[in-house]
Amino acid sequence: MISPTPSDTELAELLDAVYHRYHYDFRGYAEASLRRRLASALTHLRCASVGELRARVLAQPRCFSELLQFLTVQVSDLFRDPSYFRSIREKVVPYLRTFPSIKVWVAGCATGEEAYSLAIVFAEEGLLDRTLIYATDIHPESLRVAEAGVYALDRFARFSDSYRLAGGHGSLANFYTAQYSSAILDRKLKQSILFSDHSLATDVAFAEVELVSCRNVLIYFDRPLQDRAIGVLRDSVRRKGFLGLGAKETLRFSPHAEAFTEAVPEDRIYQRR
Amino acid sequence: MAAREVHMIVIGGSSGAIDALRAILPALPTGYPLPLAVLLHLPPTQPSHLVEVFRAQARLPVCEPDDKEPIMPGTIYVAPPNYHLLVERRGSFALSVDLPVLFSRPSIDVLFESAAAAYGPHLAGVLLSGANEDGARGLECIARAGGLTFVESPATAAVRTMPAAALQRTAVAHSAPAADLGKLLARLAATPRPVEAS
Ligand SMILES: C[S@@+](CC[C@H](N)C(=O)[O-])C[C@H]1O[C@@H](n2cnc3c(N)ncnc32)[C@H](O)[C@@H]1O
Repeated sequence: MISPTPSDTELAELLDAVYHRYHYDFRGYAEASLRRRLASALTHLRCASVGELRARVLAQPRCFSELLQFLTVQVSDLFRDPSYFRSIREKVVPYLRTFPSIKVWVAGCATGEEAYSLAIVFAEEGLLDRTLIYATDIHPESLRVAEAGVYALDRFARFSDSYRLAGGHGSLANFYTAQYSSAILDRKLKQSILFSDHSLATDVAFAEVELVSCRNVLIYFDRPLQDRAIGVLRDSVRRKGFLGLGAKETLRFSPHAEAFTEAVPEDRIYQRR
Repeated sequence: MAAREVHMIVIGGSSGAIDALRAILPALPTGYPLPLAVLLHLPPTQPSHLVEVFRAQARLPVCEPDDKEPIMPGTIYVAPPNYHLLVERRGSFALSVDLPVLFSRPSIDVLFESAAAAYGPHLAGVLLSGANEDGARGLECIARAGGLTFVESPATAAVRTMPAAALQRTAVAHSAPAADLGKLLARLAATPRPVEAS
């Protein structure tokens, strides 16, 4: 069955309501994929229309938490796109080494895998002791999962392959303990990461860091919101510091492009001028 | 009788579709004005070589679009692996890592449905050989929005499942062997299509 697509007005009214009641701003999100996720939310939450969903979300905070699960995409992996992490290790780490203390920001960290992947690279390169990683997201449940650092063990065969492709020196098993069907990440990794709530849509820069990694988050924003978010990222990277994006994200279409040079074009790693 | 023009072509396929595209793409002449988005199911973890494969066949420029890439005339855009490819209403591409649909990412349904919403009657959709039913729903969306629909005829397709599933849902789809589909697409650019008054 093909459900009727919600009108622009219905969609705008829902997002306005969510913004005013819960202060989550989805109004500048890329529309095509947002509409798809909204359609599955309607099915799962058994709402006949967007209007009905809006009424329920306004009346019940619990319904909003469920909707949030659909409006955002909580998909991540350890060492997703191994060549990115290899380039961080080979091209960015040598620069970071020159600093007595290092700050990193992972923006849109979802359930934490990207931040932990970087922590593992930094540990192997002997930098973790002097590194602080801020990892932020708007999704409270994901931040809880990220903070716990416990993942399904059956994902680790694939993660180990990616770890090796990313230039891992030893064995991924050095960084977790297996317990029943779970993998518990090393406490040392967790201690170097500070997870907290931050929105690229509504908040501003909160620190100046040597490296910002923001992968597969900007794809969910429309062009104006991307410009805003990239502005926040730019404000957070120190001079000559680095900004890493997802494999299909680019500064090519952004007015902020001239603030950066392309450090590793094939892995979308930029350096602040 | 109003004239309706096609502004964009979307093509989906799975196993056997590379061969079909080898027959279709060379039929499009240099200077062909329409943009094409081509989406084939691929293993998620390997880099795709489709851009090189199609460059060798086609007389048009071929590339993998980045997020927010504006859709330019006469260009063949190849969906990258491990992302969904969508069309935004402002005439640009968007990518997403939303969960697979019918076990596929990229998903043909996702591309076709978003393109139908963006281009309505000015879209042509083509579904090629494949071993699953991805694309059937998307092609139906295109037809409902008033767009043109084509499938590789199941009788000549390497794997008939995909075009057959689409024909079952979208009876109006025009079915033809790959070589003829190439000629049909070449002609889409030449003549505005007459639309019957209803
Ligand atoms: C697909 S995940 C990316 C996870 C990880 N960075 C990776 O590449 O594997 C997208 C994340 O962006 C987050 N997100 C969405 N809107 C955001 C916003 N306005 N500010 C910060 N994060 C946001 C979502 O909650 C989700 O966790």
